[in-house]
Amino acid sequence: MMATLTKAFKPILGRQLGNTAKVFGAAVNSQRGKPTYPPPAKYGGRHTVTLIPGDGIGPELLNHVRELFRFSCVPVDFEVVHVNSASTSEDDINNAIMAIRRNGVALKGNVETNHTMPPNHKSRNNLLRTSLDLYANMMHCQSLPGVQTRHKNIDIIIIRENTEGEYSSLEHESVSGVVESLKIITRNNSLRIADYAFRLARDKGRRRVTAVHKANIMKLGDGLFLQCCKEVASGYPDIEFDSMIVDNTTMQLVSKPHQFDVMVMPNLYGNVVSNVCAGLVGGPGLVPGANYGRDYAVFETATRNTGKSISNRNIANPTAMLLASCLMLDHLKLHDYANMIRGAILTTMNETRLHTVDIGGQGTTSEVVQSIMRIIQSGGPLTTEI
Amino acid sequence: YRSPPPAKYGGRHTVTLIPGDGIGPELLNHVRELFRFCCVPVDFEVVRVDSSASSEDDINNAVTAIKRNGVALKGNIETNHNLPPSHNPGTICFDLYANVMHCQSLPGVPTRHKDIDVIIIRENTEGEYSSLEHENVPGVVESLKIITRVNSLRIAEYAFNLAREKGRRKVTAVHKANIMKLGDGLFLQCCKEVAAGYPDITFDKMIVDNTTMQLVSKPQQFDVMVMPNLYGNVVSNVCAGLVGGPGLVPGVNYGKDYAVFETATRNTGKNIANKNIANPTATLLASCLMLDHLKLRAYAKMIRKAVLKTLSETQLQTADLGGQGTTSEVAHSIMQEIQRGGPRTSEQI
Repeated sequence: MMATLTKAFKPILGRQLGNTAKVFGAAVNSQRGKPTYPPPAKYGGRHTVTLIPGDGIGPELLNHVRELFRFSCVPVDFEVVHVNSASTSEDDINNAIMAIRRNGVALKGNVETNHTMPPNHKSRNNLLRTSLDLYANMMHCQSLPGVQTRHKNIDIIIIRENTEGEYSSLEHESVSGVVESLKIITRNNSLRIADYAFRLARDKGRRRVTAVHKANIMKLGDGLFLQCCKEVASGYPDIEFDSMIVDNTTMQLVSKPHQFDVMVMPNLYGNVVSNVCAGLVGGPGLVPGANYGRDYAVFETATRNTGKSISNRNIANPTAMLLASCLMLDHLKLHDYANMIRGAILTTMNETRLHTVDIGGQGTTSEVVQSIMRIIQSGGPLTTEI
Repeated sequence: YRSPPPAKYGGRHTVTLIPGDGIGPELLNHVRELFRFCCVPVDFEVVRVDSSASSEDDINNAVTAIKRNGVALKGNIETNHNLPPSHNPGTICFDLYANVMHCQSLPGVPTRHKDIDVIIIRENTEGEYSSLEHENVPGVVESLKIITRVNSLRIAEYAFNLAREKGRRKVTAVHKANIMKLGDGLFLQCCKEVAAGYPDITFDKMIVDNTTMQLVSKPQQFDVMVMPNLYGNVVSNVCAGLVGGPGLVPGVNYGKDYAVFETATRNTGKNIANKNIANPTATLLASCLMLDHLKLRAYAKMIRKAVLKTLSETQLQTADLGGQGTTSEVAHSIMQEIQRGGPRTSEQI
């Protein structure tokens, strides 16, 4: 069905809208009949999760995750898939995508995108997100106790459209010296992300969803996004809906972040707003992020930094990656393990002498991980009834 | 090439004034009152363009007025979202290619970050603001973001020139070239080429998401920043929030022959209009920048000093800074401050 749809659309759309046609096709397909989730990769009570080390601080932090999981006897086995950011062939990333399709869940570090490569060399992270149709990026920004920040008690959920918008990678230079980048907004994807946002808000008992846009300038594009959000909002009368222009949003975020509850927005604004929020709660080392699709979920740090300059020096902050692994455990319904590890992380956060450099301390990564393991050990036996 | 002669007759300048919507009219009235009080040799030609104007004639009149005078002071004109998308004639007609915003921590204003001094130079004519959108397939909208070599070179040249003039040491280009390789890649390349001609100034680059994160934690690391249109919008709003809000920062739009002065964050302030609670600082500082541009430096300095002195008096601070002062109280205090400063006719202009 999807193949015929794509074939039917190609002649109409003509030039480089193959990607859009594919996404459109996938979305239409999902609306036919009930979605059937692929069976989880769980054999003998043990889950298999794809692990993509990435570059920079990814490998060392993910090693810590594996060590911690082994120590805590978490029933998760990792299938490690390496993606070489220096190679131009797409085999590595295709292998990773296939592994994720097989397992359904992945934990990844950031794969660096080399700016000097030719333009047809696409960002590996982006390829992963669009091929698996991980349409919703969710980031829960919470002020962690024990971390000194200028703003206290922030609790914002940011939902960012993850596949289209400015990240369509469709650019061309029709006239020399004039580059056109296409920003794609589709009705289907906008409805989908708005629906995800409102459902999540309802599940978590949140009261307000704010759509962030720039519809005064991009009237058709962001106008369509805003309209889709409004349509979905009318189906959730218990949740308040309002909208705010992105420049005003960022200005309000740095002065009064407590006014925001749940925010939904297209791709680029999501990138900027989530980085601003990460900066507000203490930096890139503290916030985990999750990318959800219909069938797959990939967990990583929220701000997707490679951290090349601090890699292999034992100074990186493992909190973001460890909290991401807890989100993954929640997704696999291993809630007890998730709560145990999360509790240990937050207790460790309260000790200022264990803070790493990015939050103003002098602790090393291994000290932080050791402390977490000690707290878990002192928490009692590691086998629970589950 | 010779720039057009200034609109200066008998020692008096003529400047176009566009009141705009929301708090624009009341704040610009304060500006006019203050200028009359200080005997500033500037006459304002008021041209009304607001969101209720349905004809193109009003906009064309404003355009002609600015072309005639060369300089304008304006309030923000609200964009009606329900109107069909039409080409925005504002900045495009005059090719006001550089938007400059100088973000400085002002003494007396309580903020979480201190000692911020960042100049943001934003490309003002192209990028995501090209207003070129179409819907080839129903439900699929394409917005075009245009980056051209000529405009990128021009804005980079402007940025480095300004940095050199003001004795700044570093220019940071803000981009997203890892995703928009051709577009922002071209912008970055142009910045690099221009940087090669200014070896005394350090040039570095930063991705926009990292930039905004660094801005909220360590804004003191930035000196001069140059960027395309949309990132400029977001980054300048973040910086305005860091130094105290939209009521404090003035902005300028420079073209080759024209200059338009306004508040940096371009807010209409509809919900605080006509309530006498708006903060006039941004508009007044913008008028000081305009006086500098017209080479009436003594007047500019006098007014700026009075504005900053009034700002440091906490009981006069307006609601957006956490105080309870009214706009008229602030304006009145500024006039009192100026009166105390001595005679208003000085020999040097």
